[in-house]
Amino acid sequence: MMLDPTQAAPPLVEVTDLVQRYTLPRESLFRPPAQVHALNGVSLQVKARQSLGVVGESGSGKSTLARLVMALERPSSGTVSLSGRDLNAMAVDELRRARRDFQMVFQDPYGSLDPRQTVARIVAEPLTALSRVGRADMRERVAAVLRQVGLRDADMDKYPHEFSGGQRQRIAIARALITQPKLIVADEPVSALDVSVQAQVLNLMEDLQEQFGLSYILISHDLAVVDYLCDEIAVMYLGRIVEQGRPEDLFAHCGHPYTRALLEAVPRARAGGGRRRRGAQAIASQSQSTAGCAYALRCPLADQRCRELAPALRELGPGHLAACHHAEAVMALPPVAAEG
Amino acid sequence: MVNVANPNILLDVQNLGIRLNTSRGPAQAVREVSFSLRRGETLGLVGESGCGKSITALALMGLLPDSAVVSGSIKLEGRELVGLPDADYCEIRGNRISMIFQEPMTALNPMHTIGRQIAEPLRRHKGFSAAAARKEAIALLDRVGLPDAGRRVDAYPHQFSGGQRQRVTIAIALACQPDLLIADEPTTALDVTIQGQILDLIADLVAERGMAMILISHDLGVIAENVQKMMVMYGGTVVESGATDAVFSRMGHPYTQGLFRARPRLGARKGTRLKTIAGTVPELADLPTGCPFADRCPLVESRCRAAFPAMVRVGGDHLVRCVRTDVSMANLPEVLGA
Amino acid sequence: MSTPDTAISMLALAQRPATGFWRRALRHRSFVVGGALVLLVLFAALLSLVWTPWSAYDIDIAAKLKPPSSAHWLGTDVFGRDIVSLLLVGARATIAVGVIAVGIGLSFGVALGLLAAARKGWTEELIMRMSDFTFAFPAVLSAIMLAAAVGPGMVTSITAIGIFQIPTFVRVTRASANAIWSREFVLAARASGKGAFRITTEHVLPNILSVLVVQATIGFALAILAEAALSYLGLGTQPPQPSWGRMLNEAQTLLFQAPSLAVYPGVAIAVAVLGLNLLGDGLRDLLDPRLARER
Repeated sequence: MMLDPTQAAPPLVEVTDLVQRYTLPRESLFRPPAQVHALNGVSLQVKARQSLGVVGESGSGKSTLARLVMALERPSSGTVSLSGRDLNAMAVDELRRARRDFQMVFQDPYGSLDPRQTVARIVAEPLTALSRVGRADMRERVAAVLRQVGLRDADMDKYPHEFSGGQRQRIAIARALITQPKLIVADEPVSALDVSVQAQVLNLMEDLQEQFGLSYILISHDLAVVDYLCDEIAVMYLGRIVEQGRPEDLFAHCGHPYTRALLEAVPRARAGGGRRRRGAQAIASQSQSTAGCAYALRCPLADQRCRELAPALRELGPGHLAACHHAEAVMALPPVAAEG
Repeated sequence: MVNVANPNILLDVQNLGIRLNTSRGPAQAVREVSFSLRRGETLGLVGESGCGKSITALALMGLLPDSAVVSGSIKLEGRELVGLPDADYCEIRGNRISMIFQEPMTALNPMHTIGRQIAEPLRRHKGFSAAAARKEAIALLDRVGLPDAGRRVDAYPHQFSGGQRQRVTIAIALACQPDLLIADEPTTALDVTIQGQILDLIADLVAERGMAMILISHDLGVIAENVQKMMVMYGGTVVESGATDAVFSRMGHPYTQGLFRARPRLGARKGTRLKTIAGTVPELADLPTGCPFADRCPLVESRCRAAFPAMVRVGGDHLVRCVRTDVSMANLPEVLGA
Repeated sequence: MSTPDTAISMLALAQRPATGFWRRALRHRSFVVGGALVLLVLFAALLSLVWTPWSAYDIDIAAKLKPPSSAHWLGTDVFGRDIVSLLLVGARATIAVGVIAVGIGLSFGVALGLLAAARKGWTEELIMRMSDFTFAFPAVLSAIMLAAAVGPGMVTSITAIGIFQIPTFVRVTRASANAIWSREFVLAARASGKGAFRITTEHVLPNILSVLVVQATIGFALAILAEAALSYLGLGTQPPQPSWGRMLNEAQTLLFQAPSLAVYPGVAIAVAVLGLNLLGDGLRDLLDPRLARER
């Protein structure tokens, strides 16, 4: 591990204290409308050629984070910077041009492609959005990128419904690649795919990263997927990052009870599995804001201090952070059983 | 008519075959599926999209379209269900055989209270009065772990979370004390920490009431942890079956092995590449002759394509539909170790 | 997970083996019957341009109120005009009003609806409230006011009916467009940097076309009925221009002497409206994207 030149450069993506609140429709004329606290102060960095995995369940805010990083929404407060430039401070045209460098792959391979357009038009969309492209030129670039994702040139004149889920996801990845971006934000890119197809798409994503020096922000509920593809993992719960670190650190000695609960909850495919009792309760509502730790309601280790004082994200080891008063105790627990 | 040969057998499926009309012509969606279940036994059906597991479940419920041609036999306590008129089948659905589905939001009617939806099978099949049904509904909601059941019985589905809605669908399915519960991907749409709770709940209820259960999933881990015996399906047929532990210790079929290896695993060594299964799942109308897995199998030979392979016994109740089990099982250490 | 979707879509395929729009269309009863009736009316209008059995304008008092005969196939009206010819030429007015009025409704209504869905916020509120206001105004009343201002005639009735059609198109367009705006491929287009205008023209409009086509056929039927009503009141096409509505009006005074005079135009209106409704029903079924999106 010699001097890494990328360490000196500014991070590719920098998110600082991102807060996002949504106002729900008014239920009563006399009370102010309820608010959903989707993100409660999230900060993270992604360096060039590195991948960050964001793991969480429903209500964690991970999809909101994806949308904010892609500048599809404005945050209530906080900044999102790409290569040092604040995306929300840019003029509309400047932002549109900047989009060349960051693209997105969505979860639903059936919904993220316009059923009325040919694959060629779909894949070329990021190009046509930026500037006028000649037809021949466009077709050539589309053909090139389709080949890179393992599809054929002839596929470009077909319609989405003629393809399987895995193939459609490849089309979506091709669309994200066509402008040669530096960053791809992938929101649950393989969740809707069969296991064997999932493996093909994950291998493809890995290959593309190596080939083009891409960075990924990979959002998933599946720890194994994130473990496979990412250099760093951030675990989110109710709009906050509760733990962050390298996959080895999180797996061998995680520092937050929620991370541990997630790891334990993953079903293991092995003989003699049998059922393991799980006791976690339902997730607290996003509308209530508690003074203390948001996880205290479900946490087996919660005490009075946890309920009164929200723990800050602090360093437990090099590159390993957790937001828990009892992080050391959690780290000391025996490692969660591996698979197979 | 009780099946005197085996009075303990609740469900006996023999050589089930289902032909459907697809846009590409007739397709054999399910072929030569045979299994039996006793009371209290749990069976897992695992496979990917298009393998026929959901269609098999629908066949058991008698919910196939009219144009489907069903061959073979499905016997519930000796009574033949194939060809049963729909009116008779309605007596069985929700009453003797119940099903829970993947998406709890679409499985529940958003315009009815959950109390009414739970009461519906009770009133229809057991003739409960409205008051008695409501009381039973509250008791059921309590049993499935929904807090404050007395008040929430009058709430609407959209007022609950995904996990809670699935508990409601379980309550509906169990209202009439069915003999057989079919759970089609019951936890796929739920968060992973909730999945465990729901699966535990289902397992507890199945044991408590002595029901048989068929659990359908695409997730090998869910199958490994929740059922006593399992069947792996591919291309409309069962390619491997046996006790869960036996199958996971000694996977015989190349497809099962491929599926196992393709899963990304927690804590795997960095830099290990996922071993994929070459090719894609074929359309059911385009299945190759002979073994359905022939086009994608690393061990394929000419005799694989020549004829539809028969089930080979590789130990106890463990059956594999493959002519090359000798080679595939020799590869096991590599498969399981990777 | 796509598993239940695959099972269910396989079952859906099992029930509808025919593909191809026209093959399915020609098996669809509503579409075929409705289409036939509409073509009949269209044919009548086109035919009247080149030939009618008698002139629809010639008055022949001596031959008034004749019963059907080999010379006058449906008889004559109170002025001795051949009824068949009147019906044929009247079809022209019917179709003209239908097409142009719906055209007005479609062009303004769809544009406003798309704008409302794209902009949301105050623009949407303003457009919807304006269309509510227009909708609330009785069509007949606005036609009368317009007639009072610029004089009665076909143009007046077309304009009044057209304006009245706009709110319906605004509503339908906005609702369908909103559904498309929430789809993931629109989010993908936004992530690519496409602006609202291009998204509207390239993604939203093509995906709502089927709904608009169906609404247009319904609008057509309503326009015909409205034209008949206005002509009946004397606000629409003026004499001597034949119109089915006015034929009804004129038949009113002679209802007991010659009831058939009211029946013929009534049946003609019914045929046109029924045909369009059936056609609209058929199109709605055939263009449903869920049915078209099989794989």
